[in-house]
Amino acid sequence: MSEAVIEAHGLTKRYGDAKAVDGVNFTITRGEIFGLLGPNGAGKTTTILMMLGLCDVSAGTVRVLGYDPMREPFSVKRRVGYLPDSVGFYDNLSARVNLRYTARLIGIPLEERDARIADALAHVGLADVADHRVGTFSRGMRQRLGLAEILMKRAEIAILDEPTSGLDPQATAELLDMIRSLKHDGVTVLISSHLLDRVQSVCDRVALFQAGQIALIGTVGELGREVLGGGYAVDIEAQGNGLKAKLAAVPGVRSVEEVGAGRLRLVAESDVRAESAAAVVNAGGRLLRISVEEPSLEVIYNRYFQGKSAHGGLRDAA
Amino acid sequence: MRREGSPWRGLSVVFVKELSDHLTSARMLVLGALVVLTAGAAVYAAIQQIKDVSAEDPFLFLRLFTVSREPLPSFVSFLAFLVPLMAIGLGFDAINGEHNRRTLSRILSQPIYRDALLFGKFLAGLSTLAISMIALWLLVIGIGLWAIGVPPQAEEMSRSFIFLLVTIAYGGVWLALAILFSIVFRSAATAALVTLGLWLFLTVIWPALAPGIAQLVLPADDPAVPLIGAQVLARFSPSTLFGETVLALLNPSTRTLGPIYLSQMQGAVMGAPLPLTESVMIAWPQIVGLVAGTIVLFVIGYVIFQRQEVRA
Repeated sequence: MSEAVIEAHGLTKRYGDAKAVDGVNFTITRGEIFGLLGPNGAGKTTTILMMLGLCDVSAGTVRVLGYDPMREPFSVKRRVGYLPDSVGFYDNLSARVNLRYTARLIGIPLEERDARIADALAHVGLADVADHRVGTFSRGMRQRLGLAEILMKRAEIAILDEPTSGLDPQATAELLDMIRSLKHDGVTVLISSHLLDRVQSVCDRVALFQAGQIALIGTVGELGREVLGGGYAVDIEAQGNGLKAKLAAVPGVRSVEEVGAGRLRLVAESDVRAESAAAVVNAGGRLLRISVEEPSLEVIYNRYFQGKSAHGGLRDAA
Repeated sequence: MRREGSPWRGLSVVFVKELSDHLTSARMLVLGALVVLTAGAAVYAAIQQIKDVSAEDPFLFLRLFTVSREPLPSFVSFLAFLVPLMAIGLGFDAINGEHNRRTLSRILSQPIYRDALLFGKFLAGLSTLAISMIALWLLVIGIGLWAIGVPPQAEEMSRSFIFLLVTIAYGGVWLALAILFSIVFRSAATAALVTLGLWLFLTVIWPALAPGIAQLVLPADDPAVPLIGAQVLARFSPSTLFGETVLALLNPSTRTLGPIYLSQMQGAVMGAPLPLTESVMIAWPQIVGLVAGTIVLFVIGYVIFQRQEVRA
């Protein structure tokens, strides 16, 4: 599971003097869900367009499944499915006819075409409305139709640009479930989003974009350790003596802080609720409440960039 | 470094889809109805005029296209007006429509080049135009046969057929212009207005303006110089080229499209018709001009489209 399917080295896109993407390096391995996260205008979409050969590369290289998107666009485009930001379809045509048009552009053989379209529509729950005009579809249904297109294509890599933006919570949850099922089918998924917390739940690894550069890259846990000095915060409410020392001795705990009367906050590398509870009980204390805060990308992100700008400010002041 | 694959991959798919879109769209229905109604009225009026006036004309059938009766203009004048309208209607939202529907990046992420998309759209528009024009042409000839009762000669058929081809080429210029502006302007309304504005300028204002400009710019020692200059300027308008071509093709007695000296007229039998090949030779530069204009406008649009950003 370590075969690289997308590799970018020093990937750069210049518009005049401005650098939209500035020397980006990353590798995506087969079968993972990779998140490209960051604020709007950070260069996520430009990076994606360069991977698809829809945008010239100013400097650096990118290889998708070993192909150069600029020189061998067909080899890339045949194997990669792309769901653009707020995807559009031909409103006057039905969902099925829209997919049929794409299927013919892809070159799916006639005898397979209708079966693959029907399968894909059923998979995303649009079988009932397959012959309705896309003009009547909600935003969530259009996004699902876009996923159906990728399924129909049998893409090895699915690139989803802001798939959840503008969706209500239920539609988002449905879409994220479908993205997980893509992974089960062995598809490598690349998601770009500015909605950190929603996408966090499906991503195996993430890259945080800022001003055209990748600021951080890794699993959420790794980023949490790196930025927050420990990804998990465990809150404990307990009565007893010497609990603080006992808890600090639990493996994986980085620090223990007393935040109130009988209330302790642990920062740990993993979820240490069970071990902490055992430690409290073994020390003869009364455990009243225990809860864990998983590292949130949002917290990591904000902390990281606050830290950055604070350093920047200091340097400016100096 | 060659890019992989053929630029024409997917062309037929785009062509068929766009053609079916055009043929089923409400826009085409309205434009088609407009063309048929007005052209029908013009031909009906021409038939009345022909019945009233002459039976001696050797090219009676061609008069169907060119004769007018007050208050209606002739069939040809109607076409000169309606064909650009139709072509602009077919092309003004070709590319910006895909942008605004947000379908462009999705379509271009499929294994086709932009070449196929643009050329497929142009060909579909031109074919729609050609289908309408051929239908109209057959309709007019059918009505003529039925109403005049004189079968057309082979030469009349050949002349009117070449006229049909020239009409399609004339539509091609405006289609290429409309598609060019649909690439340049993101808003379909802006593209439509600019194209229509340019069409009105080139058709109505420019031919009237050309003599004045020629007189201002050119020395007037020889009175022929500003005259020729004005004609050269006026020929920058596709409408002028179309008008001159039609004149040469449908009026076999047309001997020249420019001013000539009296000395050049020596020995000419006034009013005698020219053979078909001679008439075509007279209008040949105009015909080539229309086709070349189409190609040049399309290529400009093509180059801009290749360099354009895909994202919405």
